[in-house]
Amino acid sequence: MTVSLSGSEVAQKIAERFPQAIAEAGDEAILVKSESLFEVAEYLRSNPELDFNYLNHISAVDYYDYFEVVYLFTSLNHNHSLVLKTRCYNRENPSVPSVVRLWQAADYQEREIFDLMGISFEGHPNLKRIALWEGFEGHPLRRDYL
Amino acid sequence: MVQEAKEITIQTEPFVLNIGPVHPSTHGVFRMRTTLDGEVIVDLEPVFGYLHRGVEKLAEERTYTGVIPLTDRLDYLASMTNNLAYVIAVEKLAGIAVPERAEYIRVILAELQRIANHLIAVGAFLNDCGAYFTPFLYMFREREKIVDLFEMLSGQRLLYNYMRIGGFNQDIPEEFLPAVRRFLRQMPRFINEYERLLKENEILLARAKGVGILPGEMAINTGASGPVLRGSGVKWDIRKADPYSIYDRFDFDIPTGTVGDCYDRYRVRMEEMKQSLRIIEQAVRQIPSGPVKTELPYLIRPPKGEAYGRIEAPKGELGFYLVSDGSIAPYRCHIRATSLLNLTAIREMVIGWKLQDLIIIFGSIDITMGEVDR
Repeated sequence: MTVSLSGSEVAQKIAERFPQAIAEAGDEAILVKSESLFEVAEYLRSNPELDFNYLNHISAVDYYDYFEVVYLFTSLNHNHSLVLKTRCYNRENPSVPSVVRLWQAADYQEREIFDLMGISFEGHPNLKRIALWEGFEGHPLRRDYL
Repeated sequence: MVQEAKEITIQTEPFVLNIGPVHPSTHGVFRMRTTLDGEVIVDLEPVFGYLHRGVEKLAEERTYTGVIPLTDRLDYLASMTNNLAYVIAVEKLAGIAVPERAEYIRVILAELQRIANHLIAVGAFLNDCGAYFTPFLYMFREREKIVDLFEMLSGQRLLYNYMRIGGFNQDIPEEFLPAVRRFLRQMPRFINEYERLLKENEILLARAKGVGILPGEMAINTGASGPVLRGSGVKWDIRKADPYSIYDRFDFDIPTGTVGDCYDRYRVRMEEMKQSLRIIEQAVRQIPSGPVKTELPYLIRPPKGEAYGRIEAPKGELGFYLVSDGSIAPYRCHIRATSLLNLTAIREMVIGWKLQDLIIIFGSIDITMGEVDR
């Protein structure tokens, strides 16, 4: 059985290294500030106790006030998983750091979020539309589209 | 004269070749923008989105039950398991329990679907290898039997739309389990036939062995799952690692490859079919009688919250990330598409190989464009 690690316990470990990074931590998920997302992700991947070598999925949700980007990580060696979240409050120009350099699995998924939700990922090597054509106006998965 | 010819160095310039969007070997509407140096691939950029229908957006305007037909149309070669992944996600979100008998039926159907999917995957792969349609039709012969079984249940042959939140709408017909038993008796003989024809086949070995190697580390990093991940030697199967439904009650093995070439991926699929037969056999033996449906209100309103439900679909990890705002429609329905993530590694897999190998490597990943584009 894959163990879902408690968010608050992992958050304590992260806070030792990056005291400013955590915005909120519950049992199910950790919410980090978007500017320190990359450092936290790197830590989660390289720490041998956590060892999150597999990125299951990235998803983005539009809550009107902010966008929430959700990451699910799994460690295939330890068989545990963790949900990491971050928020962008800027609706005009939302942006989060890209994690492609850590997990290549993020490549198409970040492009898809960029395309459909309009969140740009800083540091993505090839950020362009994936499902819709170049020149399409708007981002259909936003709640205020149509 | 001979001396002179040796001194000439041939200058080649890389050129761009578009494969697809409409091409028999792309298994759908898919374009590969390849840069070639002579015959050797130096770069590849997949271009897709031609089948994008906005399934995630459409799901936001439908009731929870109304999304099930949409899931059929993702990976249309494995509709049954798409249904299963979605209903498991909703059940997790709303905390709905499923009766015992329904769980057994689900396992039987999911494993039958796995066999049907792998038959097409292997058949199409051999087609790409150059065995033009002979093995493909052999595989279709057996897939037809599974499709008949599904038609008996749902009246449909491709898009079954059969599973419901909380179980099934109605119990399986009386003739179904005897028909599954008959299939279980026949199928090993057919698999042996394929093995006799193909396992040591010289052309297959020459074309697939050592080609398109995906190392295990890279497979993990690119988010590959299913036979692509296991073909690279990573023993990871959600049915064992994180058992859903009642998979912890069955005895089966996880076949893995060693080097991660096209042949390994093909072998994993063949072995998985045998393991699926084992699971179905146990499930048919143990299936209890009883209700198949949990009584639920007509419109399901899960409490506010979110859930990620996932299964080991034939192609790999298929998950639905659902967010509920307490209304009758999902607030957000994100699909973790297996085919899309399995495709992530294609560039690394084909660089350095020749153009004719590209077709085989692409065929060995086994993707459905309906799921890639959504």
